[in-house]
Amino acid sequence: MALLELEKISKHFGAIHAVDDISLSLDGGEVMGLMGDNGAGKSTLVKIVAGNFPPTGGAMRMDGVHLTLRGPADARAHGIEIVYQDLALCDNLTAAANVFLSRELQKGVGTLKVLDHAAMSRRTDQIFAELKSDTRSRDLVREMSGGQRQAVAIARTRLSEARIVLMDEPTAAISVRQVAEVLDLIRRLRDRGIGIVLISHRMPDVFAVSDRIVVLRRGRKVADKPIANSSPEEVTGLITGAIENVL
Amino acid sequence: MTPITNEQVKQQRNAWLSRLTSSQAFWVLVAVAAACVFLSLATNSFASPTNLFNITRNFTFVAVVALGMTIVIISGGIDLSVGSVLCLCSMILAVVMHAGYNIEIGVAASLGCALAIGAFNGVLIAYVGIPPFVVTLAMLSLARSLAMVASNNTVVFEFGPDQDKLLFLGGGALLFGVANPVVFTLLLALLTAFILRWTKFGRYVFAIGGNERAAMLTGVPVRRVKVAVYMVSALSAGIAGIIETGWLGAVTTNLGSGMELQVIAATVIGGANLVGGAGTALGALVGSALLEVIRNSLGLLGINAFWQGAFIGAFILVAVTFDRVRNFRQPD
Repeated sequence: MALLELEKISKHFGAIHAVDDISLSLDGGEVMGLMGDNGAGKSTLVKIVAGNFPPTGGAMRMDGVHLTLRGPADARAHGIEIVYQDLALCDNLTAAANVFLSRELQKGVGTLKVLDHAAMSRRTDQIFAELKSDTRSRDLVREMSGGQRQAVAIARTRLSEARIVLMDEPTAAISVRQVAEVLDLIRRLRDRGIGIVLISHRMPDVFAVSDRIVVLRRGRKVADKPIANSSPEEVTGLITGAIENVL
Repeated sequence: MTPITNEQVKQQRNAWLSRLTSSQAFWVLVAVAAACVFLSLATNSFASPTNLFNITRNFTFVAVVALGMTIVIISGGIDLSVGSVLCLCSMILAVVMHAGYNIEIGVAASLGCALAIGAFNGVLIAYVGIPPFVVTLAMLSLARSLAMVASNNTVVFEFGPDQDKLLFLGGGALLFGVANPVVFTLLLALLTAFILRWTKFGRYVFAIGGNERAAMLTGVPVRRVKVAVYMVSALSAGIAGIIETGWLGAVTTNLGSGMELQVIAATVIGGANLVGGAGTALGALVGSALLEVIRNSLGLLGINAFWQGAFIGAFILVAVTFDRVRNFRQPD
């Protein structure tokens, strides 16, 4: 029984079939690389899993149990977290503030509750230590490097002990050294038994860290295999259409 | 290279001291203090008890509204209607008390009106999506017009049976000879600072101003917070109106006219960033204080009062440039 199962998921926006009849499964402790050209349906599929909108057809199951998500908060409550391409961080706040945004820790009694800055800082530093990141909880996000910002975004998913983490282009706009940091962060998450879906355009990164590769083209799945059985050339061919499919 | 720990950083940076000296509000406070010292030496009337009493009391009306405006500006919005709301709330207070009701009912009606206007502004901005500039610009005209209608465009100076209480509210001094408005202002400033630093609401305001989309995606109740922010702003205008009415002893329909720009100037000088995400309660106070010191000092130094605007404009530019130069050192 897989951690996450998608069965014939479709999403139609009027006449446009953004996602068509996609079935796949994800296990805990597995990184699934999701590749495809622009408009292939990767973001839409991931947003369905994250609860941003419901599928037009098909079903989703988690641990074998049928799942109907009523929104992103509902998805989070089930342990599904998404790290957006632009990270959804507030530059003017500290790392701890961003990690705990909308889930702040408070201290006090009754109606007289105040923010517990110390506790949030401590927990955030704890999470960064787990992720082996040198990010500091009291630093402003504005002053951070791309890799550190990714750590903050990923740390958010650790708050609720998410079991499925969806990552949209995590290495897209950062430097070479920081890419290595981010890939390490992904490996650490995987080592904790979390199921990860990694959307990326960058072939070397996907091949460096994924266990399986799924390729979408025009809303349909054209490949779903262990990455060891594939190659960058094959994946490129599948994305462009030179290879029809390898299912 | 071993990463530096939080503890080492804390020791190295002497955190609170560096935070203080890099704060715009702190330097404006230094400027105000320096100006006061200079004026006490240069003139023989600045440091007189009556003049100090006047200055501290005058700046409070702008300061109270600036506290509310600071919260709006931190959230990334703006409220141009505060001057008119101040007038309308003063007029409601005056009309209700003039009709014979006691001060508690008058204040309740006045602040109730402020909250209603704030909610109206907030709903149009947060739920209908009209830009804050447009909504509050419309309310600027609307509220003042309603104030004129409520009073039939006359001066109200008779406040019924509770008139003495109202005049004491605005003009009296309950604690150690400190003017009541000053006490209110300091209490409201402490409350505002507390809200901004220690409550979820305060943090949400900063988040919305920093990156509204991120706040929404993470689950912050953005629209509700925005409505609350504009209600707070209108409420601060209402409170300022009540105190000012108590001080002046009369309400005219041009009360608070043009005040919105003064208040915005005060908040910007005090360090609030108009694009959102930054600002402090202390900044609102010192910005208002600086404006009042400028106004007062020009008269005492015998400078033509028409230069007042030039000084205010110059200080706005200096304050904002100082902030930009400071941030220039930040890495990309």
